[in-house]
Amino acid sequence: MFYREAGQFKTTYAADSALFPILQDKIGIVLILFVAFILVPLTASDFAIDSILTPILVFSLAAIGLNLLTGYTGLLSLGTGGFMGVGAYACYKLATFFPGINIVVLIICSGFFAAAAGILFGLPSLRIKGFYLSVATLASQFFLSWCFIRIPWLYNYNVSASIEVPTRTLFGVPVTGPTATPATRYIVVLAIVSIMTWLASNLIRGRIGRTWMAVRDMDIAAELIGIKLYQTKLLAFAVSSFYCGVAGAMLVFLWLGNAESESFNINQSFLILFMVIIGGLGSLLGSFLGAALIWGLPIVLRTVPGFFNLSIKAATVEHITFMTLGALIILFLIAEPNGLARLWQIGKQKLRVWPFPY
Amino acid sequence: MRLKRLVLGAALATLIGVPALVSQASAETFIPLFTYRTGPFANSGTPIANGMHDYFSMLNARDGGIGGSKVAVEECETGYKNEKGVECYESVKGKHPAIITPYSTGITLALIPKAAVDHIPILSMAYGLSASAVGKDFPWIFNPPATYWDGLSIIFRYIGGKEGGLDKLKGKTIGYIFFDGGYGREPLPLLHQFAKDYGFNVKEYPVPPAQMQNQSSIWLSVRRDRPAYMIMWGWGAMNPTAVQEAAKTGYPMDHFIGIWWSGSEDDARPAGPAGKGYLSLNFNAVGANFPALQDIKKYVIDKGNSQTPKGQLGENFYNRGVLNAAVIAEGIRNAQKLTGKKDITGDEMRRGMESLKITAARWKEIGLGGFAAPMAVSCSDHNGHHSAYVQQWDGTKWVKVSDWIAPMKDKVEPLLDAAAADYVKKNQPWPKRTEACDKSS
Repeated sequence: MFYREAGQFKTTYAADSALFPILQDKIGIVLILFVAFILVPLTASDFAIDSILTPILVFSLAAIGLNLLTGYTGLLSLGTGGFMGVGAYACYKLATFFPGINIVVLIICSGFFAAAAGILFGLPSLRIKGFYLSVATLASQFFLSWCFIRIPWLYNYNVSASIEVPTRTLFGVPVTGPTATPATRYIVVLAIVSIMTWLASNLIRGRIGRTWMAVRDMDIAAELIGIKLYQTKLLAFAVSSFYCGVAGAMLVFLWLGNAESESFNINQSFLILFMVIIGGLGSLLGSFLGAALIWGLPIVLRTVPGFFNLSIKAATVEHITFMTLGALIILFLIAEPNGLARLWQIGKQKLRVWPFPY
Repeated sequence: MRLKRLVLGAALATLIGVPALVSQASAETFIPLFTYRTGPFANSGTPIANGMHDYFSMLNARDGGIGGSKVAVEECETGYKNEKGVECYESVKGKHPAIITPYSTGITLALIPKAAVDHIPILSMAYGLSASAVGKDFPWIFNPPATYWDGLSIIFRYIGGKEGGLDKLKGKTIGYIFFDGGYGREPLPLLHQFAKDYGFNVKEYPVPPAQMQNQSSIWLSVRRDRPAYMIMWGWGAMNPTAVQEAAKTGYPMDHFIGIWWSGSEDDARPAGPAGKGYLSLNFNAVGANFPALQDIKKYVIDKGNSQTPKGQLGENFYNRGVLNAAVIAEGIRNAQKLTGKKDITGDEMRRGMESLKITAARWKEIGLGGFAAPMAVSCSDHNGHHSAYVQQWDGTKWVKVSDWIAPMKDKVEPLLDAAAADYVKKNQPWPKRTEACDKSS
């Protein structure tokens, strides 16, 4: 009833293969973009933008990156944090070498360095599969975080071994560094994430995405129908790491403003993996939902006691948040093992047939 | 109908409640405390959090605040994670905090550039960025009483005293076991300079954060290398593990010296009797035998308004927290004196901190006589490079075994200036100091 495509006829191939073929979806995405690009920067508080929305977008992009590899190509990776770090450190070095070049260009360029690292560590993926591959990517995670602390050149021989973000401007407005307002940084992040999500969705729907999914579903069959396994898997590693690298660069330059190697450790990899699993393997929407749940929910939970003017100790709130989040994750996985994206699909179907159950 | 009434009621309540909250907030000095009572660093973070919290609660209960202004303390749990620390900062930024204490070097580094923009002073008491002692470049950051480099030079002065001169170290090996992150890496340049100056060899034993509780292989190398002295820059779970492993490998404990962050009772106690003799630096007294601490007991702990477990009052890191809170309180008092106002802003707090002078007589006046060395901060020197002493673990408690040792200012200051200049150069455009210095500073 609310979400019915009946009567919406496609008369051209272009209309049939549009990204959002249904009118309701088109309205929905325009609304979401309007709220995200215009309403939020105008109305939301600095805290909401800087501590909730920007990180969710950054993690969403990393989750999309991992989803391309794990959800679409079926290669389990635990190296996400490392690849994000490659992007961040590459962006830092690029910003030192080329202070005149626009920072947004550098953030995108740093993705290529992460892609190169991804290809390098993706090399064993033809020979090893499943859990064994995840262990190989785990090695890359440890190796990369070792590099971030043991190669002083990467952090310009800084005595405190951290990378700091200098102020850079875009059209005269500071977008990085301490003087950049949260809203400016948010809009830049949002623009990058929107464009890259759009690219990813087209990549998935096209030939490349189909070869990835063919490899995921059965690699021998895929090989038999003429898909070159090695190139396909390596391309998946490259594109995935590219996304993670850009996310890592944004994490440092457009969100935290400073990072140590600790920001890209194994916990970060797990965090992104959980986002992908809870959001839904093989779904772009799921990447956003997973990031929103894992990052946003603890913050919302933490503000709940303050709402009712309860004075609970900070550490107790932290413990309660941990437990509630854990319980919620288990609940969600029991209710829908295929993730939040699947829940949304079911919801859409319900809306379609409402008020009749069938 | 019921829903409508409920909504109306809620709206009314907010209308009445919000201005009440706002007016209440303006009659107070707001001090957020970034603490960590959870995670792998909780063993170090909890007593410090308790000490800070209890001292402010005591001031509120005994004196009704500081100079007539009640202190509103709010803890924000960081878990020692940088992301969380930045989140805490964003959440308190709008509430006009007088000063912020991040209690993590990583979080301090992340907040340093923000402080100047938001006009919020940061007190990183003997941690954070050593170079931020240079007031010309970092008007908003304070790190008294001493920097890590001061600490290292004090350790070497102590070693020199024991050996009968630092030149006796020639040809010997000094081991340096450190938290492999910004915190532990900072002393390295000075350590290597000392090695050059005094002709000893340095062996580095980095402990990655993920391996904090698994140091057996590191201590096997220590046993092989046989360093004459071991110096430690550890934090959280790394400290007790290192002391235990050192005891297990039979390293002479009285040649094992930790920085002031590696000297809590909980760091030495788990090693049992074998931990006897372990040394660490300190800049606050240990024990509860001070009038202010007795007041904390009387007004806060005995009344049940504290999370402090029995026996923690007077322990080293608890007292560290008290010292931290006392420095903030003195800064607020000084700012009140300078401005003649009761409730001070971040700008005024910065002025108060910049001309902070706590003499021995003043320490005594606030019930902390002999608790810490006299402390002075100036407009150009936000640190002061004060003395510290060496304490030794006797199996049950810390015992002071040296006098107050002054740092080698001549070695540290050039490094500080160079580091500050380097920081400013790398972070161009770095804001030039526009804040005027007060006459008294």
